[in-house]
Amino acid sequence: MAKILLEMKNITKTFPGVKALDNVNLKVEEGEIHALVGENGAGKSTLMNVLSGVYPYGTYTGDIIYNGEVCKFHDIKQSEGKGIVIIHQELALIPYMTIGENLFLGNERGKKAAINWDETYGMADKYIRQVGLTESSRTLIKDIGVGKQQLVEIAKALAKNAKLLILDEPTSSLNEQDSQALLDLLLKFKREGMTCIIISHKLNEVSYVADKITVIRDGSTIETLTKGVDDFSEDRIIRGMVGREIADRFPKRPGVKIGEVNMEVKNWTVHHPIYTERKVVDNVSIKVRKGEVVGISGLMGAGRTELAKSIFGKSYGTNISGQLFLDGKEVHLKNARDAIHHKLAYVTEDRKGDGLILSNPIKTNTTLANLEAVSEKGIIDKDKEYAVAVEYKEKLKTKCPTVEQNVGNLSGGNQQKVLLAKWMFADPDVLILDEPTRGIDVGAKYEIYCIINDLVAAGKSVIMISSELPEVLGMSDRIYVMNEGRIAGELSAQEASQEKIMSCILRSSDRK
Amino acid sequence: MDKAKLKTGIQKYTMIIVLFLVTIFFTWGTQGKILLPQNITNLISQNAYVFVLATGMLLCILTGGNIDLSVGSVVCFVGAVGGVMMEKMHLPVGISVVLMLLLGAVIGAWQAFWIAFLRIPPFIVTLSGMLVFRGLSNVVLGGQTLPIKSEAFIKLFGGGANCYVPDFLGGDGLNRVALAVGVIACVAYIFITVRGHMNRVKKGYETGNVGAMYAKILVICAVILFVTMKLAQHKGIPTSLVWVLIVVLVYGYITSKTTVGRYFYAVGGNEKATKLSGINTDMVYFIAYTNMGFLAALAGMLTIARLTSAQPTYGQNYEMDAIGSCFIGGASAYGGVGTVPGVIVGAVLMGIINQGMSIMGTDQNMQKVVKGLVLLAAVIFDVVSKKKSE
Repeated sequence: MAKILLEMKNITKTFPGVKALDNVNLKVEEGEIHALVGENGAGKSTLMNVLSGVYPYGTYTGDIIYNGEVCKFHDIKQSEGKGIVIIHQELALIPYMTIGENLFLGNERGKKAAINWDETYGMADKYIRQVGLTESSRTLIKDIGVGKQQLVEIAKALAKNAKLLILDEPTSSLNEQDSQALLDLLLKFKREGMTCIIISHKLNEVSYVADKITVIRDGSTIETLTKGVDDFSEDRIIRGMVGREIADRFPKRPGVKIGEVNMEVKNWTVHHPIYTERKVVDNVSIKVRKGEVVGISGLMGAGRTELAKSIFGKSYGTNISGQLFLDGKEVHLKNARDAIHHKLAYVTEDRKGDGLILSNPIKTNTTLANLEAVSEKGIIDKDKEYAVAVEYKEKLKTKCPTVEQNVGNLSGGNQQKVLLAKWMFADPDVLILDEPTRGIDVGAKYEIYCIINDLVAAGKSVIMISSELPEVLGMSDRIYVMNEGRIAGELSAQEASQEKIMSCILRSSDRK
Repeated sequence: MDKAKLKTGIQKYTMIIVLFLVTIFFTWGTQGKILLPQNITNLISQNAYVFVLATGMLLCILTGGNIDLSVGSVVCFVGAVGGVMMEKMHLPVGISVVLMLLLGAVIGAWQAFWIAFLRIPPFIVTLSGMLVFRGLSNVVLGGQTLPIKSEAFIKLFGGGANCYVPDFLGGDGLNRVALAVGVIACVAYIFITVRGHMNRVKKGYETGNVGAMYAKILVICAVILFVTMKLAQHKGIPTSLVWVLIVVLVYGYITSKTTVGRYFYAVGGNEKATKLSGINTDMVYFIAYTNMGFLAALAGMLTIARLTSAQPTYGQNYEMDAIGSCFIGGASAYGGVGTVPGVIVGAVLMGIINQGMSIMGTDQNMQKVVKGLVLLAAVIFDVVSKKKSE
């Protein structure tokens, strides 16, 4: 029996209102590649953040036992000191700096007052050869492709003398070739004695490279499958990830008539704003009808937000091509204002970042997208604005002392309601809701679903982007599945199921 | 009134309470001299440029804590050009005034262009302006002092000895115009406030705390009458005050009641959210800095009129006075927070401290120390009290 390098015992982590990890247990043997699988929000990243010290000792309960000793990490430096290095899904590289500079960022060679550049580049060259890169370490990050950038991240971990390497979705931005190269690299490291934990949605890759697969769902460990002993097939894994009852969590929508096509996009392609050769949305065609709720499901990084923002007056991306039809007529929207005038609304997934002005009161946030409706000739009717804010507060049951309250002081669910109020007040015909119930408790979620139902009952169209499968299944009339920038499938409400959606995604990744 | 509302109320009026306390302090420290009529008048006319500049600076700060370092140099430059126009080229006063305002706006637009459309950091652009226009002032004036002799101009913009609104109500002893203005202002304020309240009742909107409304009316009228009484006891209303009032009332209205004004607060609060809400955020920056140039021109006119000359050294440190007033008055260094009345309170506070210390005979260098510390203390107080409320 191989030595157990890492044991995470009864780890429980709560955030205000949400139990992210509930008595999770994980055992990783030395020299094995251990995969963590689960849906978005299942708790995989949270667990790794606990392990690496992002969530320090004291903010969770349970024990981390590494190499036989109980560890109490206060920050990442401490876990790295023991050889536990985590590579996050979002690459932490600085595009305008060289490979060498990035490799030793936070880990500089030389003395405190003087960086030794010779040593930096010399050692950098050595490390990047180990991961198979042939470039000079003086190359700028922005000049190498994403696949190679991912390898630089791994080299960075090697330079920190990693003994336990944690990779969070390492192949999410890579093509088939680069993904294969990376997986083979992991197998090479395994032969050299490295232990790896890999978090991935790409189940075929997981089956290829992992010795054990632990399934996490809703913050709990469900099961651990062992290669050679258990069924390692995708179907078996999916069943473990997703098997869950959809209780009566979604309000019914009796008698809502679905009408004409309201909005249609054809052959919509969008390129990344910085890495301009990369397509983040690739030849997407979708349509939505009056009175219809269309869900768009997919994993994070599938391109759904980018699709929505680029449709909304080109608020994201460069080199956008394709056609947009509203009510049958082709339109070209130049900016957000154009989109609003054409009766489109985009409710962002990042309500604090680009949705609400946290330092402003509810009333000014409510009217921001449609100030013309409460003003005359450029002069705001403060009383009317106040009345409007109160009207929406009551309509959406926003919990707050008054509408003079700053939005920053509200809870997540109520902030989301203010954001919804703002876009409802702009009187759109088509609303694109991006993760409308993210970070919100069950009760508030139900209230938002009711609001969505009211909107479509009034003849509007709602496009709901969501990473929560039950929500997409419970609310949509039709579901598009997006993966890696493309539409991987379209399912009607009757035929859709959690397994079918996951299959669409996985089959689409495999196909590449 | 419950504790939470009282606390919010105190936070809102912190600076006014501080101003009140500081005034009491200096009244004691100067044995009442600071409240003498000629000192009150001096306070206003010496600081007129600060009120004007700070109002414009507020718009810039609202957009995100951005400042304009060039205003002092622009004040000097526009004053220099204006002086040359009136005294050397003998252009009529009316045309000179228009051209000076235009020049300010053009300078503002030049800087605004780089800031708004190419997103060059405002600090750099306005630092450049500060140096450029200081240099150009010297060029225009040939390094010399240029006396301003145009009577009409001086009278119009409050300069020299007799820079007061003439007392056409013919009083001896007390300036009747000043008193009349004070009374009219109070009546107007009461009328507007009460009528707004009646309107709200009629339309069924929320009316707010009526007791607080009357208390506010009482305090504001008391202050207005007090100040105008003091002015009346000296020589009446300084002409520069007229300009200050125009600027303050116009911009106060714009920032609090117009959609354009709202955009400044929105951009400073969260630029990305504002952009996604359909507002042209580039234009907001552009307007802020163009307007700053325009108001700097006005401040320039007030300066050369008061000192009846144009010198290449005028305007030094004006930007600091303006920026300080804004932050003391409660503007946030991150943008999105700040009001015109707040800025006025800040400017008055700085003015009183300056004057109080002068009358008390404090050493010039100590005055600078106090000024610096007060600025820091005010902002610390502001930031900490806001943090506690979260």
